Amino acid sequence: MAFLSKKNKEALTSPIGANNPILVQILGICSTLAVTAKLKPAFVMALSVMVVTAVANLVISLMRKGIPSRIRIIVQLVVVAALVILVDQILKAFVYDVSKSLSVFVGLIITNCIIMGRLEAFALGNKPMPSFLDGIGNGLGYGMILIIVGFFRELLGSGQLWGYQVIPQWCYDHGYSNNGLIILPPMALIIVGIIIWVHRSKNTSLQEK
Amino acid sequence: MENLLSIFVKSVFIDNMVFAFFFGMCSFIAVSKTVKTAMGLGIAVTFVMVVTVPLNYLLNKYLLTEGALSWLGEEFATLDLSFLSFILFIAVIASVTQLVEMIVEKFTPALYNQLGIFLPLIAVNCAIMGGSLFMQERDYATCTEATVFALGSGIGWWLAIICMAAIREKLTYSNVPAPLKGPGITFIITGLMGMAFMIFMGIQL
Repeated sequence: MAFLSKKNKEALTSPIGANNPILVQILGICSTLAVTAKLKPAFVMALSVMVVTAVANLVISLMRKGIPSRIRIIVQLVVVAALVILVDQILKAFVYDVSKSLSVFVGLIITNCIIMGRLEAFALGNKPMPSFLDGIGNGLGYGMILIIVGFFRELLGSGQLWGYQVIPQWCYDHGYSNNGLIILPPMALIIVGIIIWVHRSKNTSLQEK
Repeated sequence: MENLLSIFVKSVFIDNMVFAFFFGMCSFIAVSKTVKTAMGLGIAVTFVMVVTVPLNYLLNKYLLTEGALSWLGEEFATLDLSFLSFILFIAVIASVTQLVEMIVEKFTPALYNQLGIFLPLIAVNCAIMGGSLFMQERDYATCTEATVFALGSGIGWWLAIICMAAIREKLTYSNVPAPLKGPGITFIITGLMGMAFMIFMGIQL
């Protein structure tokens, strides 16, 4: 594709693998853990964060020459908060049950470190188009982990995926039972820990001495 | 009085910000390398929390909820501005954080240098915003209750980060598999600590 120059492509794809916001930069953990007990809220959350990150990156990048650096945090927060209010109202209007189950975590997208981190590190110093792609890329990288964690937690914890039963009844008849522990918050941390373990075994340059 | 005590104990142990809701995990993982820095950040978070939650409580009660504007006159009595709460809360939090940053820089420069980027980032610490949003969702009856809840949540976060820092200081001497070093093992330990904190679940107060 012509419009994806090398730099743009890198902005889009590097956060998905080698520079993943959750696994490498350790940002945006709070929501990763709290909304992933089921796949559906995890997916909605991932989508919302991706939209907010991309649009906020775009807006801040357009305004980057006009923002005095002393008050940039406030400006960024206002932009992000306005976008999150929009997302919140849309979720309430179209997927009310998911919006209820996400409860305060929609509001907490404002304080999601990924968004602030990308605004500070990328959007303030780059043109709108790469910033937008960077936002999409980071949103995808974040969403990927959310969906992996949500997949395992819902499958092992309640034997369902997206609310449909996938573990057949005869398994239960032969003594299989759902692992109730995996639904509880602490297991989410341990799953993310294991994902980090796998990821760093592959990317040895990231290992700490 | 008994009611306040139960809110306090509940917010420190049962609904611990870190172990039950994972609020403020980013700075929790990044700043918990030594007990001293953890202590400083814990104090800062508790302080910001105790200031912002009551402020937001008052704003919520007298500006945002349905019918809150009735003190302005009859025609305002039906307004419901609660959709504006995110933006108002974050503005209060950001300005209080700025204030704390200036105070810390003036009085303890050493701590200021140690905390580095994480001091301004308190503004985007989910624990603080989460405190305000939970205060709104749980609908505390009086401002005192909201303050006690904020104090308890702050202390709970403080307690958690100090425990974590103490464990990590000891962990330097252990032989952790190389890919798991740093964040990986910290996540797993936090998970185990969370399980330990689960013993408080189901306690009726």
